[in-house]
Amino acid sequence: MSNNKLRVVDVIFSPYSVAPYEILKNTLKKDKEQVIKDIIESGLRGRGGAGFPTGMKWKFAAQQKSDIKYVICNADEGEPGTFKDRKLLVEVPRKVISGMAICAYVTGATKGFIYLRREYRYLVPKLKEELALYHENAKLLGLDFTIEIFMGAGAYVCGEETALIESMEGKRGEPRNKPPYPIQVGYLDKPTIVNNVETFASSAMICRIGCAEYKKLGTDDQRGSKLFSVSGDSPKEGVHELELGMTLEAFAEEFGDGDTKAVQVGGVAGFCIPRKKFKTTIIGEGNTTGGSTMIFNSSRSMYHVLHNYLDFYAEESCGQCTPCRVGTQQLLKGIEAVKAGIKKPEYLDQLVKLSDTMRMTSKCGLGQSVTNSFSSIVKNFREEMIY
Amino acid sequence: MAEVKELVKELSGKYGNKRESLIPILQGIIDRNYYLSKEAMLEVARELDVSAAEIYGTASFYSFLDTEAKGKYKIRVCKSITCDMKGKNSVVATMEGMLKIKVGETTQDERFSLLETNCIGLCDEGPAMLINDECFTKLTPEKVRTILGDYVRNKF
Repeated sequence: MSNNKLRVVDVIFSPYSVAPYEILKNTLKKDKEQVIKDIIESGLRGRGGAGFPTGMKWKFAAQQKSDIKYVICNADEGEPGTFKDRKLLVEVPRKVISGMAICAYVTGATKGFIYLRREYRYLVPKLKEELALYHENAKLLGLDFTIEIFMGAGAYVCGEETALIESMEGKRGEPRNKPPYPIQVGYLDKPTIVNNVETFASSAMICRIGCAEYKKLGTDDQRGSKLFSVSGDSPKEGVHELELGMTLEAFAEEFGDGDTKAVQVGGVAGFCIPRKKFKTTIIGEGNTTGGSTMIFNSSRSMYHVLHNYLDFYAEESCGQCTPCRVGTQQLLKGIEAVKAGIKKPEYLDQLVKLSDTMRMTSKCGLGQSVTNSFSSIVKNFREEMIY
Repeated sequence: MAEVKELVKELSGKYGNKRESLIPILQGIIDRNYYLSKEAMLEVARELDVSAAEIYGTASFYSFLDTEAKGKYKIRVCKSITCDMKGKNSVVATMEGMLKIKVGETTQDERFSLLETNCIGLCDEGPAMLINDECFTKLTPEKVRTILGDYVRNKF
C-alpha cells in the first residue's frame, strides 16, 4: 500500500521537552509491559537496516533471566551514503539516550554503551556533556542504568551486531553464528540489546507522542517516519525525515536534479533502482530500512559506481567465510575482465550466479547483500558493464 | 623500550587488563605513538596475558589501528562513491603534490601520512576527509591547499 505522496514530517528532530529527560521521567511511571506493548503496537522496526521489530526484541530481552543485561546503541554507521545517525547524535542526543534508558528500564538492563564509530570521534566531547546531564537525571529518578562510550576502530562489518560485540570484547570484528542471538548470549555472554541510534530516538518519540499518533504515519508494512540520508546528484543533500510509503518517483522528483538516472536505496547493501522502475518502487518495502539514498544522474558511469562498491566490499569483507572473502574479490576481477574484453559479456551471468551463491552461503549480512547492488546494476545497466 | 612499557602499564591501569580492554589500550598507544610498533604489541600481549599473534590479529583487522609506521597527522580522504563523484581525485592529487608522496605513503619527516578510507559519513558534504580527529568537508583543490598549507606551516 502506498500513499504515493512524499510527506516531510518533523518527529525525530522536533525540539526537546522543556525539562531535560521529561520523556524518560514520564515513561518510568508507566508499567514496563505496557511500554513494550506500545512499542510493538507502534510497528517500529530497527532503523539500522535489518528491520527487526523493536518491541519484540525488547520483549524477548525482558524475558531473559540474568544477573546483568546490557544495552548497546549501535552508532557504527558505516554504510556508504548514510549519515543520519551522526546528525541525530549532534542535534538530539538526548532522545537517543532517553531511548536507551527506556529500553533499560523495560528490559532490566543496568549497563549501557554507545558503540561510536572511530570516524566520529570528534563527536565525543559533546556526547560526554550530554551523558553527564543524563547521569545526573537518572540518579534523581532512581534509575540504575549507566552509559559509557566505546570507540570503534574502523571496520564496516562491526555494524553487524555480533561483530560489534566481538569488537567490544577486544577481538577481530568477525560475526558470530546465530542463534544464539545477542538478547540471549551477547556482550561477555550476557543478554544484550543492540539497537540502532535512530531506533532509540524513535522509541523515545513513540513514548512521547503515543503509539496511536505514531502509527498514523507510514504504511501497513512500514510504520512511522524515517530519516533519509540523501546524497549524490541532488540539490537537497542532507538528512530528511519522511513518512514511509512514498514511491521512488515522488522521491526523485523532490530530491533529484531533474536528470536522475538511478537511485541506490539502502546503501551499497541495498538496491540500485533505474528510472523505469521509479513508479513501482516504494521506499521501505522490500528494500532495506537504513535510509541511505544515493542519487545518480545521467552523467554517471554505472560501471564506475559498481566498481567503487565492489572495491569497498572486497576491503571490508572480514575474511572469515570463504563465499564472501573470495566472492567479493572475484566479482571485482570479473567486471574488470568483462570491461577489458578479456571475458565475454555472457560472463556477467556467471558473476550474477556467483553473487546469488554468496547470498545463500555467506555467514552474515555483508556477504549476503552483495548481490542486491551487484545484480541490480548488472541487470539494469548491462551495456555500461560491457562497453 | 621502557617508554612503551610505562605507557602500556598506564593504559591498563586506566582501562583494565582484560581482553575487553584491548581496543581502548591499542587506541591509547596510537594517540601517543601514532602507530602500534612490534614492541608495543608484545608489551600489550604480556600485560593482557594473551599471545602476541592474537594482538596483531586483532589490531590488523581495524583500519584505525595502524600496525605500520605512520605520521603524526593521518589524512584520511573518503573514497566512497559520492565523495568520489564530487571530485575526490583532484583533492588527493593536490595533496600528493604538496606532500610529494603517494596515497598510502608517509612523508620523510614522519609528519604526514596520506590515506584513502571508506565512507566517513559526510556524504552530504563531500568530498570529505579527516586529519586525525578533525573533519573537513566540501573540499576543492584550493580549499585543501589552504587547510593542508596551515598544517605544514603551523602544526608540528
